[in-house]
Amino acid sequence: MALPPHATALERVTHVGVRALSVLVLGYLVLPILVVLPLSFTAGELLVYPLPAWSLRWYREFTTAPIWTRALWNSVVLAVVTTAVATTVGMLAALGLQSLRSRLKPALYGLLALPLVIPHVMVAVALFYYYARLGLVGSFGGLVMAHTVLALPFVVITIAATLQGFDANLPRAAASLGASPLQAFRLVTLPLILPGVLSGAVFAFVTSFDELLVILFVGSPEQRTLPRQIWSGVSETMSPAVVAAAVVLIGVSLILMAVVELLRRRGERLRGAPRR
Amino acid sequence: MLALVAPSVLFIALFFVAPLGLFFYRSIDNSEVPGWLPRTTAALVRWNGEGLPDEAAFRAVAEDLAALSGTTALPLLGRRLNHNVAGFRGLITGTGSRVELSRPGSMREQLIALDVRWGEPVYWQTIRRERHLITPFYLLSALDLRYGPSGAIERAPAESAIFLGLLGRTLVISLVVTGLCVLLGFPLAVTMAAASPARANALLILVLIPFWTSLLVRSTAWVILLQNSGVVNQLLVGLGLASKPIPLIFNRVGLYIAMVHVLLPFMVLPLYSVLKNIPPELMRAAASLGAAPVTAFLRVYVPQALPGLVAGASLVFVLALGYYITPALVGGPGDQMIGYFIAYFTNTAVNWGMASALGTLLLLVVALIYLTLGRVVGLNRLAVR
Repeated sequence: MALPPHATALERVTHVGVRALSVLVLGYLVLPILVVLPLSFTAGELLVYPLPAWSLRWYREFTTAPIWTRALWNSVVLAVVTTAVATTVGMLAALGLQSLRSRLKPALYGLLALPLVIPHVMVAVALFYYYARLGLVGSFGGLVMAHTVLALPFVVITIAATLQGFDANLPRAAASLGASPLQAFRLVTLPLILPGVLSGAVFAFVTSFDELLVILFVGSPEQRTLPRQIWSGVSETMSPAVVAAAVVLIGVSLILMAVVELLRRRGERLRGAPRR
Repeated sequence: MLALVAPSVLFIALFFVAPLGLFFYRSIDNSEVPGWLPRTTAALVRWNGEGLPDEAAFRAVAEDLAALSGTTALPLLGRRLNHNVAGFRGLITGTGSRVELSRPGSMREQLIALDVRWGEPVYWQTIRRERHLITPFYLLSALDLRYGPSGAIERAPAESAIFLGLLGRTLVISLVVTGLCVLLGFPLAVTMAAASPARANALLILVLIPFWTSLLVRSTAWVILLQNSGVVNQLLVGLGLASKPIPLIFNRVGLYIAMVHVLLPFMVLPLYSVLKNIPPELMRAAASLGAAPVTAFLRVYVPQALPGLVAGASLVFVLALGYYITPALVGGPGDQMIGYFIAYFTNTAVNWGMASALGTLLLLVVALIYLTLGRVVGLNRLAVR
């Protein structure tokens, strides 16, 4: 917003001040991450500048040391299975909610969004208490269920948003032309809502991949994921390998989220008007 | 169509609502005491709570404890009652393993000879008070209250009255973080809303990068940056702003720096989504009608920005209340919030009742905010991402 020529001195000072403060705040938001990440390329043992020399030794450790490779593998397996379950279940819910004409609708939305508003430490402790009675502590299935519940709100909300621009007459037209409900879904609905479904899947993956507290309380000692390994790394020996692991964690999240953003923009373009 | 929603509802019911419901019930659940001391609790109903109970009650407690002897229930019962009165653990386990039911003579004398504490009314009064299937004990403790010897509710003694202070500290930290987020987030959101679409997009991405970076990684980054030999102190000393490294970690300052960083996007995103829809013509109209810039800002811009401010601020506040990871990594012992103590009573102290009571307290505060601020909480506006 350019200032008009008749702006007073006070307006000019405020204008410059707000902009300068914004730059500082943006620096505060982004710089800490940008400053820390290069420390993973140090050849030394300490996380301080200046780096003695650049090296990939900590990435070599990350890709060869069993504690890190197993953590990465555990994280990926858990996140993939969670994504499959949460996306399937969440997509069904979004489709069901969309065509639901009932006063139950807001209540169901509220119920499905509930995991967003309860502090995760409480969810983790409550699940520990619950799983201890059911004998599910340390089980893979228990972790998948817990992560699915945490991921579900993101999946339902994302897919429901896509469905708002979806013409419900299209599957009806398919049905009138003789398609079975399953065929109509597979050949008409799914291709159209696929960007939303993929976005929901990405949210589910990232939710599980970044999740720490449930693993900390409900996971067995062998079920070490990347966040859990980073957590114990920070509280014990803060080696640059922890930062290398953090770089991997951020890298995966940022790349996947960039995919979501591209899908969203593509969707907006296809639908014509920006819908915000 | 309900059938399609059913699996999700089932998931949430089984793995979210049920665990939380059971967990909250744990804050009043007292089935252990009457379950393990059936004869004693029945015998104590007849006692008026003054002096010592009759011989039948002594006989009942001896039989109950002898029945538990050698099982895991005995130490568990001791630990449970020890929450109420320190010393109960030794009294229960010592008596249970040594009492002789068949010995003739007064059981009252035998028990007091075994442990003089059986001659003190407070232990009997505690069992009598805890004879029901539910107990207000943990919830009262979470508010620094307890039952006094006379049975009236009174303030807990100073050395155990830590929970109101903890609640206060949690609220203060959350309020300060929210205030800082408003102060820092408002100018940024204004700049973003006033920028050209291309630049606004670039700024949005800069806000989204930390938003998409895991909370754990960002807290870890601050641990590295704020330590005595860390980058921030290197800069401060290098620029001559400090003669020696300033302690910035494991204290309140570090906690605020890290928590505001983590929560700021939750302020900026809902606020930006509101600000960018304020038509700039309105400010110009106000100016053309003679409003001074400050007047126009306060009376035209701020009222329209208010929904965004309230949405962002309440979201930040609610999220901050439940924080655990960031304070645990960056804060000191005096900066831990309710979440830390819920974890502590679960993992270290193994006092489920207390963990649950604190969780209930936290949830009540959160629910209160959602009920009063209702729809304005900025969750739905985060969709700008």
